[in-house]
Amino acid sequence: MFHGYLPMILDGLRVTLSVAVVSLAVASVFGMMGAVAKLSASPVLRAVAGTYTTVIRALPDLLLMLVIFYGGQILLNTITQAQGWGYVDVNAFMAGTITLGFVFGAYLTETFRGAILAIPRGQIEAAQSIGLSRGQVLRNVTIPQMVRHALPGFTNNWLVLLKATALVSIIGLDDMMHRASLASAATREPFTFYMIVGAIYLAITTVSILGLGALNWRMSRSLRREAVG
Amino acid sequence: MINWSIIIEMLPAFWRGLQITLILLCTAGLAGLALAVPLSLARASSHPLLSWPVFIFTYILRGTPLLVQLFIIYYGLPQLDIVRQSAFWPFFRDPFFCAWLAFTLNTTAYTTEIFAGAIRNTPAGEVEAARAMGLSRTQVLRDIFWPGAWRRALPQYGNEVVQLMHATALASTITIVEILRVGRDVYYNHLVITESFGMAAVFFLALTVVLTLIFRILEKLFLRHLDPRDSANVSPSETTKVTVNA
Amino acid sequence: MRNTITSLVLTTVLAVPALASDQIRIGVEGNYPPFSQVAPDGALSGFDIDIADALCDRMQVECTLVQQEWEGMIPALSANRFDMIVASMTITDARRERVDFSDPYYDVPSRFIAAEGDFTSYSPEDLAGQTIIVLRNSPRADFLEENYPDSRILAVDREPAVYLELAAGRGDIAFGSSVVSAEAFLNTPQGEGFVQVGDPISLTRAGEGGVGIAMRKNDDALRERVNAALAEIMADGTYDEMASQYFEFDIMPEAARDALN
Repeated sequence: MFHGYLPMILDGLRVTLSVAVVSLAVASVFGMMGAVAKLSASPVLRAVAGTYTTVIRALPDLLLMLVIFYGGQILLNTITQAQGWGYVDVNAFMAGTITLGFVFGAYLTETFRGAILAIPRGQIEAAQSIGLSRGQVLRNVTIPQMVRHALPGFTNNWLVLLKATALVSIIGLDDMMHRASLASAATREPFTFYMIVGAIYLAITTVSILGLGALNWRMSRSLRREAVG
Repeated sequence: MINWSIIIEMLPAFWRGLQITLILLCTAGLAGLALAVPLSLARASSHPLLSWPVFIFTYILRGTPLLVQLFIIYYGLPQLDIVRQSAFWPFFRDPFFCAWLAFTLNTTAYTTEIFAGAIRNTPAGEVEAARAMGLSRTQVLRDIFWPGAWRRALPQYGNEVVQLMHATALASTITIVEILRVGRDVYYNHLVITESFGMAAVFFLALTVVLTLIFRILEKLFLRHLDPRDSANVSPSETTKVTVNA
Repeated sequence: MRNTITSLVLTTVLAVPALASDQIRIGVEGNYPPFSQVAPDGALSGFDIDIADALCDRMQVECTLVQQEWEGMIPALSANRFDMIVASMTITDARRERVDFSDPYYDVPSRFIAAEGDFTSYSPEDLAGQTIIVLRNSPRADFLEENYPDSRILAVDREPAVYLELAAGRGDIAFGSSVVSAEAFLNTPQGEGFVQVGDPISLTRAGEGGVGIAMRKNDDALRERVNAALAEIMADGTYDEMASQYFEFDIMPEAARDALN
C-alpha cells in the first residue's frame, strides 16, 4: 500500500512538527517583544512595533516567506561579507522557522498586548500597595493572568501557524508536503498522498484543540470557582 | 538603488496579475458569501441533522491547510476516473476553476462559522418582541434577524475577506499568473528583491488598505447606532488572525 | 513525545553543515528522472548525482548534496546555500547574466509528447489554439513563447508536472526533454497511450544549449577545477561508463565528443 512511500511521508511529519514547534517559540519571543514595545512609553518603540504588526498582517504569508527567505539570506551575506566574516550558512530549517516566527510574532503581539491590557489595573496597584516588588508583581500577578487571558488567542494562532507550515515546502524545506509531492510524482497518485497529508494535519489540529481546550479549562478554574461561590 | 527599468518593463504584467487576483477574490468571495448564508442557518440550527453535517464540513476545511486543499483539487482529482469521465471535467481541467473552487470552499467554511456565531448571539428578546408585535416569520427574518446578525458578523467578515485576498496568492503555485506569480518570475529572472517581491507587496498592501476602508465604511453604515466607544474595545480573542475553534 | 520533538528540533537545528576549507556544497533537484530522483527512503540517485560524485572525487573535495526545488535553484546559489548547481540546467544567455557555467556536460534534444493519434506534426499552425504544457522559466518555454504565439501555454513549476498534467488531460500536448519524457513517463505504465510527436528538436544555438554546471559569477577558480575534472572523466571513460547505465545513446555534447576523437 502507498508503494512504500508512507514511512517517507511520516518522516516528513517530524520536519513539519519541528518547524511548527520552533516557529511558535520564535513567534512568542517576537510577540512578547512586540507587545512590550506597543505598551511602552517610548514613541519610537511604539512606532516600530506598530509598523511591524500592520505591515506583516497586511501581506500574504507566502509573499512574506519568500521575501524573508531570499531577502534575508542576501542581506545576511552582504553584512557578513562586509564585516569580513566569510559566509554564514542559513539552512532551510532556520530560514523557515525564523520566517514563520517573525510573521506570527506580529499576530501574537496583538494577543499578548490584549492579554496584558485585560489585567485589571487595580490588581497591580493593590499588589504594589501591599509592598510587593516590581518583580514579584510581574511574577505573581501579571504573568499568571496574562497567560490565562492570552491562551485562547494563543491557541488560535497555533492552529493557524500549524497550517502555515504547509508553505515551507515552497522555500525548499523537506517537510510532509514536499515528501507528498515527490511521492506523487513517482507514483502518479497525488490524490492519495495529499489526502494523507490533509488527514495528518486534521489529526494534529484535533489533538491541539482538545489539549489546549483542556488547558484553558484548567487555567480558568479560579474564575469558575469565583463564579460559583 | 531601485532598478526602475525592470519595474517599468514589468508593470503591465503586474497590472494583469492584479486583475487575476481581483477576479479570484470577487468570484470566490461572492460564491462563498452566497453559500455561507444557508449553511450558517443550518449550522446554528438546534437540529443535529442540520448542524452536524455543516460542522463536519467547516471543521475539515478549517482544520487543514488551504495549500493541501488546493493540491487535492488541482493535482489530486484528475487521478480519479470518476472525475475525468464526468461532465464537469472541462471545469476541473482548468487551473483557474480549481483555484476558484478551493478558495470558495475554504472561505465558505470560515464565513459559515462567523455567520453562525452571529446568529447564535441574536438576543432572544429581539425576536420575541418582533413576534409579539405581530410580525410574520418572514418579516422577523428579513427585518430583525438578518440585519442584526449581519451587523454582528461584519467586523469578523471583513477580516475574512482580507484573509481570502491574501490566500489568492497561493494560486501562484498552480500556474496562475496572479500578483505573486509575477513577482516570483521577476525575482527568478532578475534576482532582485525590491523590484519583484517588493512590487508584489505594494499591490497587496494597497489591496489590504482598500478592503479595510470599504469595510470601515460598511461598518459605519450598519453600526451607526452603536456607541463608537464600544466598538473601540477589542478583546484578546478578536485580535487573532482567524478564529478556528470559535 | 515532548522529548522526541525536542531532540528532533535540536538535531535539525544543529545540522548546519560545517564549513571546512575543501568542502563543496552542490545543489541538486531530485525531481528529474533519470537525471535525479529520490527513492522512498530519501536517497538521491541519477546521472546528475553520479556526475556530481565523480567530479568531487576528481577534485578531491568532500561534497554535500543540498536538495532544492527547481524554482529556487539560482536564487539559492546566489544566496550561498550551495556553491554549484548540478541539476540538468541548460546553458542560456539569460542565465549567464546571473551565473557562470562550466563546459556543457550533456546535451539532449527536446520533444513533443501527446496521446497517440492526436497529432502527427508540431508546426505552429498544427498547434494553434491548443494547450502546450512546458516547464516554467526554461529554454523550452522561451522557445514556445517565440515560435508558438497562437497556442495556449501552460507553464508548470517542475518537469515531472509537465507529464502529470499531460496525463491528467490538462493540456493537449507537452514539450519536454526527450530523455526525461521517455524515462519518467512514456516508459512507465502511466505513459501508456502517449507517444513522441515528430522529430527531436535541438534548442542548441550559437553559444547556448547543452547542460552545464552553474556557479556564482566570478568564481573562476572553482569553474576551472570543475572543467578540468569534467574533461578528465570524459577522457578516461568514466563518463561513458556512467552514461551507459542510463542511456542507450550518446548524450555527451558534440563538441566534447569531437575533441576526444
